[in-house]
Amino acid sequence: MTATSPRKVILESVRSEQFHLWRSRKDLAVKWLIAVGGVGVILAVVMIFFYLLWVVFPLFMPASSEMKEGPLMPSWRDNAPIYLAVEEQLEVGLRVANDGTAGFFHVEDGELVGKSKLPGSDNARLLHAREAVEDPRQVAYSTTRGLIYGFHHDYEIRFDGGVETRRILPSLSFPYGQEPLLVMPSAEISALAISEGDNEIVLAAASPQGLVRVNFASKSKNFLTGDHTLDPSVTEKQLPFQVRGLAISSSHRWMFLGDDQGRIHSYTLPDLEHAETIETGGSPVTYLTMLMGGISVVSGHADGGIRQMFPVRSTLNDFHLQSTRSFDPMPSAVELIVPEERRKGFVVLDRENNLAIFHSTAGRQVMEKPLEKLGPRYIALSPRANGVLIEAAGGRLAMLDVDNDHPELSFASLWQKVWYENYEEPEYVWQSSAATNEFEPKFSLTPLVFGTIKAAFYAMLFAIPLALMGAAYTAYFMSPQLRQWVKPGIEIMAALPTVILGFLAGLWFAPWVEENLASLLLMALFIPPGLMLFAWIWSRLDLSTRLLIPEGWEPLLLVPALVGLCALALGAAEPLQMAVLGGDLREWLSNDLGISYDQRNALVVGCAMGFAVIPTIFSIAEDAIYGVPESLSNGSLALGATPWQTLVFVVVPTASPGVFSALMIGLGRAVGETMIVLMATGNTPVMDWNLFEGMRTLAANIAVEMPESEVNSTHYRILFLAALVLFMFTFLVNTGAELIRQRLREKYSSL
Amino acid sequence: MKSFREWISSGLPWVWLNASAVSVCILLVLGLLGLIAMRGMGHFWPAPVYEISYAHQGGDSQTLVGQVRTREEVLASRLTESGLEVEPGVEFVERILLKTGNRDQTGDDFRWILEPGIKQKSRPEDMAVLERTEWGVFFGRISGLKIEGERYQGEGLWEEFTRILARTDELREQISDLEGGDVGRINYDLEDLRLSERKLEFRNVTDPAAYREIEDERDALKAEYAVLEKSLISLNEAIRRDSVFMTTGDGVEVEISMSTIIDAWQPNKMTLPQQLGHYLRKGWSFIVDEPREANTEGGIFPALYGTILMVLLMTVVVTPFGVIAGVYLREYARQGVLTRTIRIAVNNLAGVPSIVYGVFGLGFFVYTLGGSIDKLFFEAALPSPTYGTGGLFWASLTLALLTLPVVIVSTEEGLSRIPRSVREGSLALGATQWETLWRTVLPMASPGIMTGLILAVARAAGEVAPLMLVGVVKLAPSLPLDGNYPFLHPERKFMHLGFHIYDVGFQSPNVEAARPLVYATALLLVVVILLLNLVAIHVRNGLRKKYKGLET
Repeated sequence: MTATSPRKVILESVRSEQFHLWRSRKDLAVKWLIAVGGVGVILAVVMIFFYLLWVVFPLFMPASSEMKEGPLMPSWRDNAPIYLAVEEQLEVGLRVANDGTAGFFHVEDGELVGKSKLPGSDNARLLHAREAVEDPRQVAYSTTRGLIYGFHHDYEIRFDGGVETRRILPSLSFPYGQEPLLVMPSAEISALAISEGDNEIVLAAASPQGLVRVNFASKSKNFLTGDHTLDPSVTEKQLPFQVRGLAISSSHRWMFLGDDQGRIHSYTLPDLEHAETIETGGSPVTYLTMLMGGISVVSGHADGGIRQMFPVRSTLNDFHLQSTRSFDPMPSAVELIVPEERRKGFVVLDRENNLAIFHSTAGRQVMEKPLEKLGPRYIALSPRANGVLIEAAGGRLAMLDVDNDHPELSFASLWQKVWYENYEEPEYVWQSSAATNEFEPKFSLTPLVFGTIKAAFYAMLFAIPLALMGAAYTAYFMSPQLRQWVKPGIEIMAALPTVILGFLAGLWFAPWVEENLASLLLMALFIPPGLMLFAWIWSRLDLSTRLLIPEGWEPLLLVPALVGLCALALGAAEPLQMAVLGGDLREWLSNDLGISYDQRNALVVGCAMGFAVIPTIFSIAEDAIYGVPESLSNGSLALGATPWQTLVFVVVPTASPGVFSALMIGLGRAVGETMIVLMATGNTPVMDWNLFEGMRTLAANIAVEMPESEVNSTHYRILFLAALVLFMFTFLVNTGAELIRQRLREKYSSL
Repeated sequence: MKSFREWISSGLPWVWLNASAVSVCILLVLGLLGLIAMRGMGHFWPAPVYEISYAHQGGDSQTLVGQVRTREEVLASRLTESGLEVEPGVEFVERILLKTGNRDQTGDDFRWILEPGIKQKSRPEDMAVLERTEWGVFFGRISGLKIEGERYQGEGLWEEFTRILARTDELREQISDLEGGDVGRINYDLEDLRLSERKLEFRNVTDPAAYREIEDERDALKAEYAVLEKSLISLNEAIRRDSVFMTTGDGVEVEISMSTIIDAWQPNKMTLPQQLGHYLRKGWSFIVDEPREANTEGGIFPALYGTILMVLLMTVVVTPFGVIAGVYLREYARQGVLTRTIRIAVNNLAGVPSIVYGVFGLGFFVYTLGGSIDKLFFEAALPSPTYGTGGLFWASLTLALLTLPVVIVSTEEGLSRIPRSVREGSLALGATQWETLWRTVLPMASPGIMTGLILAVARAAGEVAPLMLVGVVKLAPSLPLDGNYPFLHPERKFMHLGFHIYDVGFQSPNVEAARPLVYATALLLVVVILLLNLVAIHVRNGLRKKYKGLET
């Protein structure tokens, strides 16, 4: 071969230069790619935390509102409103004036879309109007002649094609006819109430002098026309006080009256017997209404005070009216209380034109809005409670858009005892849903956190002794050949799916424990002393026998002894129970000690979850103890300490941070474990340390309820809050453990 | 010989106590595995069927036929408490749970009987077990056959019966092939056409040609379906042609259509090799069959399939991201406080409860991402969600996120084991950083990465809690990977072994009947996961040995 031509050399060097350039470019590109990818992945992981926070955040946002000025309604100037309502879409409103005109109008532009004259208004003016809490579209009104009528307003939504053609058609109807439903003897009426039921309606009115008339009318429906015919039954009673407010419970068992002394009286229905009177502080009642569900009464007082009360069962069939809450007072006398239609909240307007929104379960004022500039004559709350329609002075309309999605939450309703409706006393309750809409959601996280701690506590109680003692032995005494097998053998159990442990715990272990509770307890009692005894006997044997099992192989020797002891406990349980307790231990517990026993209880969970946690604790603690430099223990042994003394006083203290971090990580795992608790407990959120009762943990609660919860509802966000709590807890615990371990590692490397 | 006191003060008892903790742990582990193995493996064995003449308390006697499920000793006092009479002087009574089957006749599958009530017990050779598509198993004697409307009796019935059974088996297979294959495809295509029609409507397309095209295709499919339907009807008629007469223990004769019988055997007649063959056959069909009767019978194929597919999909997602993040943290990021913090954080994410990932998956993937995808691309199918509900894809992504820390950590660990000298050697020869990484470091670290992946797969396969939120169901109508274009349907719901265990064990209407199946499923899951872990350990050990020389 001849020498390469200069031209070729140049070409090649150019080519190689290009090649080098390409290589370095590729290197750079990859460097960026990996950096972007790596940072991206890490950010994605961090996002989990921020996403949870983002979902939870609205729970803690205060309610807000925005005032929208509406059109001026000239025709409204000459009369006063006795009733105002707005339908669900906030588009159409209804106003009933004291001259008897009922007019529907568009909220946006004030256009009137229907007007009619109400019955009874020909030669009288209208006085009061009240909604039925069971069906707020059913209204009763009274006239200055002492007559009481009813009407119903409906809104039909019609589509003539696509979504944008939606129209709302309001209409007025008289399901109970156009005749008076109740006639008062005198013209003056100071309070009025109506309540709808499936089989009857109840109307009540009172004069200021204390005459009360009640029409307890059973209704029958004509199936052809859909009309109702009423069978009225009117009773009346003269009461010894001035009636200022009236309300009827949805059960139609009670009528509540507020008087000018600030007292609330309860009377039975339909026979109007006095049941009870409670004092609230002397300030006259100015308004009284039921809350959604018709169980609680809310009273407003002349001094601005607001109180909630409901009948509480004291004995089997005996109720007493219990004042359960008083809310932050309004600055002046309460003029109007409007209950929300779908939640246990209500809106209050006072004499100085302050508007405030409250929630009863949370026991707090959610929002406050002074309206003195507007001088509201009447307000209406929309069915979704997302808007308050205001008729301002001079006939001007205004709409207050309310953003109040999660009023039922407060620190108290999440973590403290709350007195819920129908409960005998304040309690911690988690009950997120029920069959009816009138249900009061109970979102106390306390029983769930308690359940989580209880499950973790019993699991750790089972796991810590076994795992730590096992780790100490494996790391310090066990022969290397055996350790080579035992350590991975126990570690591999960490990979066992928890669903299998849960299934065995729930379907095999729980029934077994129920049958053999005494045996299980005897095992715990027999095994430690039994094995010690065995060891002592072994130490008395002659050397040649003892040499059969070399040092560091003791656990193998102990296995048969263990099996024997278990068999002994199983066999001894029945006769022992017979002899000592005269029967079954479980029955003795429940009959003689009054301890209730669930089949799936904390004992079962403790064992199963303890089993799941053992490998985690064992593995990390063993690593920590094994890593203690040999020079330390050698020094100790050389100074004459026994191996046990060396372990306890030299090795374990040195390794203690590692052991501690093992416990923390184990705890983290026990707190977050889902499947085992889901399957091995009854998932009832009870708060009791009883070993033989179940619990409900945060994680299991999420697994049970998350799929059914409505997106972005309070319930959904609270479940996210529970997840966030779990995330933060385990993350912090694990980080703490990791930092401790790192410090330990540094310490070892310096030794 | 030491005295007891000396022995105590030597500290040895404490050592023994610690040793006993190890023994307890070992015993627990072995006991658990043994329990699952025993219960899980026993199910498929053709247990003998006993004919028992049983005297009830109170005098009535009855002939019971069934298999013994469990025996237990009960305290006599407990029985007397519940109103049963026990002979005086007897302390324990043996109670037997008998699987009597014939749910359509008696209303339940199981009954408890007391040992003293058994007057006579035999294992008649002609007792047969029928596995049926409904009402559970049937125990009884064959007493006749109806073939094409004519009744046969006498000798050789069983042989004839097995011959007919083979025929119906074949027919059943043809039917299920048709239903699952062509009919399923046509339904799928029809649904596709419906959606494309709606899409046109949404786009306000008025061109009639486009609609006509769809209409033509639909007509073609319907015509195809009509043909299939005919053959399906004739097949169904054929399979219902014959029936068998069986006599129960009480002597009642029952006619059972051949179409409902899946398998039949006479366990009391079987020799050991036959029993073994039966055992293996049943074990195999457990793995490859569809579940029946609300998952309490039949196989677990869809659950196994769903688990494997989900894990594979997860691996495809988690591998590149995990490895890139690991490589970045170890090779490219500046090693400072920040990197150390990130490393600890990533490490600790592995300890975050899995249900938290499920909550995140549901909120972010399903509702947020899936909801947006539906609005953008699957408007035609709304309001029924396509991606806006839990499904295979979201489940895989959620588990990928869950296992990401495992992969990142093990990748880093693998990389950190490569000695500096290897890298320096490569760089000294003029290689760029990427070339060093790609040609030298990564190949050497690959076993470490593999270990991490295997551990991730093992964890994902056993994880149930997050899946319950993001797409696992008790019974999926169709597999997420099938013959219909585009073959992989990541939006579909799927079944999963772990969830199957939870569901059948805790939510099923007939827990007692389903229990052996749950044990068998658990066994399968345990075996898969232990195998994966053992492989991971093996790879890790091999790796350590390989680089031991390099490190020093």
